[in-house]
Amino acid sequence: MSDIKRTYVWEFPVRFTHWVNVLCIIVLSITGYYISNPFIYALSSKQQIMGLVRLTHFIAAYTFMMSVIIRLYWSLFGNEYACIKEWFPFSGEKLRTIGAELKFYLLISKKPLPNTGHTSLAGITILLVYAGFIFQIISGFAMYSLTHSGVIWTALGGWLLAYIDLPMIKLYHHLAMYVIGAFIMGHIYIAWFADIRERNGVIGSIFSGYKFMSNHK
Amino acid sequence: MKSRPDDALNLDSETMEKLRKKGVSRRDFLKFCSAMAASLALPSSFIPQIAEAVANKKPYLVWLEFQDCAGDSEALLRASKPTVGQIVLDILSVEYHETIMAPSGHRAEKSLNDVVKNHKGKYLVVVEGSIPLKDDGIYCCIGGKSALAIAEEVCGNAAATIAVGTCATYGGIPAANPNPTGAVGLKEAVPGATVINLPGCPVNVENLTACIVHYLTFGSLPDTDRLGRPLFAYGKRIHDNCERRAHFDAGQFTQQWGDEGHRQGWCLYEMGCKGPETFHNCPTVKYNEGTSWPVQAGHGCMGCSEPNFWDTMSPFYKRLPNVPGVSVEKTADKVGAALAAVTAAGLVIHGIGRAISPQKNDDE
Repeated sequence: MSDIKRTYVWEFPVRFTHWVNVLCIIVLSITGYYISNPFIYALSSKQQIMGLVRLTHFIAAYTFMMSVIIRLYWSLFGNEYACIKEWFPFSGEKLRTIGAELKFYLLISKKPLPNTGHTSLAGITILLVYAGFIFQIISGFAMYSLTHSGVIWTALGGWLLAYIDLPMIKLYHHLAMYVIGAFIMGHIYIAWFADIRERNGVIGSIFSGYKFMSNHK
Repeated sequence: MKSRPDDALNLDSETMEKLRKKGVSRRDFLKFCSAMAASLALPSSFIPQIAEAVANKKPYLVWLEFQDCAGDSEALLRASKPTVGQIVLDILSVEYHETIMAPSGHRAEKSLNDVVKNHKGKYLVVVEGSIPLKDDGIYCCIGGKSALAIAEEVCGNAAATIAVGTCATYGGIPAANPNPTGAVGLKEAVPGATVINLPGCPVNVENLTACIVHYLTFGSLPDTDRLGRPLFAYGKRIHDNCERRAHFDAGQFTQQWGDEGHRQGWCLYEMGCKGPETFHNCPTVKYNEGTSWPVQAGHGCMGCSEPNFWDTMSPFYKRLPNVPGVSVEKTADKVGAALAAVTAAGLVIHGIGRAISPQKNDDE
């Protein structure tokens, strides 16, 4: 535990989109589940429960899409830890670290990897998660395009209707919610675990942007 | 004063006389023409043009049946007040229709061959039922010829073909998984033919009639969507024109057959209604001379006019289809719950492992 360096890892756009995503995913999951399986019933026909839930879902969806766009933009223009290269850890050197990383997470090894940004496994995970986000956006706009005819909606998702039957799009959109939910559970758990084991303040870093990295290798 | 549409009509008395003999008055005829203009979303100024075309043109028409239940023929013939069906049959020269024609055997086949030979490129074809492609199409043969061979010859030489019903358009129920006969819709079986698709189980006769009237009036088939369906009939989603839509937006749902909500006519969304997935004009045109349609009668839409509806729209009384590749009882929510349970269990096991594992190397 020699000298510890406070390192700026997560820049503002990364932290901002992270928390916007969190809010959006919570709102989208609850409203989306309601749309698929309404669990609150109106007492009078003057209410607009389903209407308001759908409105909320659509607004959250637009917000989420913008957040994803900002994050993808920042993966091209941000610092090295936000860089899209971290999402593709497929070089031989980076792939080799996955084994050590798995051992660490499976409690076989106690030795954390000296990683400032994403580990290789985290890189692959964020790649898959963003693929899931993009699928949700496209399939969501495919459904939205049913009642909103226009080039924008066709480009954003309407084209998907030519390849997948509409009921199946709805099913996959629904199932992807659970996959993202499973990711969130694992994500929070591993961040918690890493925060304790690696002692680098990873939980705090998504609020402040700083991690505490020890200098000795 | 503006001239009324029928002032411009120059219906020859012979045609009117013929219609009158069949029990169709001038008034009925004009009502029919107005209804057709409305169905095709045309302004009333087109009524004289429609009336003239319908009264004076008499194209040859053959009606082919393949792997079907004759439900579309029934829909045409069983109309309660048969003005529409009757007028269509009267204005068309129906040369061949297996179910209703008088001749049989070789004589029947001869009338079909005569039309194909003598009126090449001028006659209309209506096709009902899917075409099997498996094992050289032996699962549907008429007069020793396979359905595919008949369709290629008859539809390939026609001016236009109207595929009616979901079987003729997209394979329908015969094409449902596992599709033992390799059934496909007409456009897939005979890609070269000029085909317009009128899916539905059965087809709505009003739409079939409007299609024919469009052809007679303008000499072409109406504009279609990417699935080959005319936009005037399949351009709008059932859910968006549904009379129960207000209950959907409000959040008033039927939760069980016969419950209070069902008796109040609330939205059938939770009962698996496929209106949100289906494009058709059922809510506005309705069936059987505008009498009713499934949702009005208290039953959800089954999405019968969409491709693969038997596979993708079922279970008909549930919101989402079953997850493919797993047993039928596993619905999306069950898979999701299982996924969550596995994740949670994994995390708990990991946590316990962490808690009980020795801490001595912690500082490395």
